[in-house]
Amino acid sequence: MLGVLVISLLALLLGCSLGRASRWFESDGSSLIEQIDQLLPQTQCAQCGYPGCKPYAAAIADNIAPINQCPPGGEATVTALAELLNREVIPLNPEFGVESPALLAVIREQECIGCTLCIKACPVDAIVGAAKLMHTVISDHCTGCELCIPPCPVDCIDLVSAASSQSPL
Amino acid sequence: MTDILLILAGTILVNNFVLVNFLGLCPFMGVSRKLDTALCMGLATTFVLTLASVCSYSFNLWVLEPLDLGYLRLIAFIVIIAGLVQLTELFIRKVSPLLHSVLGIFLPLITTNCAVLGVALLSIRTNTSFIGAAFYGFGAALGFTLVLILFSAMRERIDAADVPQPFKGSAIALITAGFMSLAFMGFGGMN
Repeated sequence: MLGVLVISLLALLLGCSLGRASRWFESDGSSLIEQIDQLLPQTQCAQCGYPGCKPYAAAIADNIAPINQCPPGGEATVTALAELLNREVIPLNPEFGVESPALLAVIREQECIGCTLCIKACPVDAIVGAAKLMHTVISDHCTGCELCIPPCPVDCIDLVSAASSQSPL
Repeated sequence: MTDILLILAGTILVNNFVLVNFLGLCPFMGVSRKLDTALCMGLATTFVLTLASVCSYSFNLWVLEPLDLGYLRLIAFIVIIAGLVQLTELFIRKVSPLLHSVLGIFLPLITTNCAVLGVALLSIRTNTSFIGAAFYGFGAALGFTLVLILFSAMRERIDAADVPQPFKGSAIALITAGFMSLAFMGFGGMN
């Protein structure tokens, strides 16, 4: 009986302190990096030269990177970032790519050999499938970042305009 | 002072938890691919191990022993360690989100790192004082970090080396770990 009591008290104490700590350490979304991150398109396409949107946001916040390196976001993102950071609106740097309409990857499923290479390449886990089984793209999750195109050994991934396509799932 | 130095030398080198007592081998093999990750993992484990050793020692001394509840030691220590790991995770997520994403699943997995529980259990058997327990945990964690960093540095070089086909990957890593263990057994003479 005493044992049950001691363990319950210990668990209660730890639970309470963890609850307090989680509120204490909660990221409130107000830090500059997170505000910048929210304005970025979250394609995780790495076209800006950083591994994803958050590292790029951190680089902008640290004043290492200019705000015009995000082709998927385009002019709208540059304008929003300029407004947030109180900087001048500058045109997109063509070195990192040009603004294009939103794209969507589609796998030609008859040709897919199930090599899983595109699954590993996808930064947002939008491709489902398993080894030697057909893969497909979850179109709601696909950001059109094109990172799955180069690894595909049979070139069975097409990019279509996001507006015209229908979800296969 | 000499006591503390002896405890530190004993836990870091002579009775290194990974290479001599063979505890905590999963993170040793799992997170030692890259030097930076190994360093981060070592620091996180150091934090948890030291705290876990101190907390479990005091809980044992002030709650379990007086109430004659020694049989609850194992389960109580597991609960304490799990709570501490959770706390560390919250802390790291707040302080360095990047480190949090680098460590990924290995951070919560510190809970199941047998070195942590092993240190907590061994520390109450070998130590007579609170300070002793603290330095025992700290020394064990330093030993863990040292070995993890040495091993990951070696693995980075092995990745670039021309390894015979049958030994590629985990095989050569395990053999290297074996040799490291042999080398650390040599410190046994310092006893």
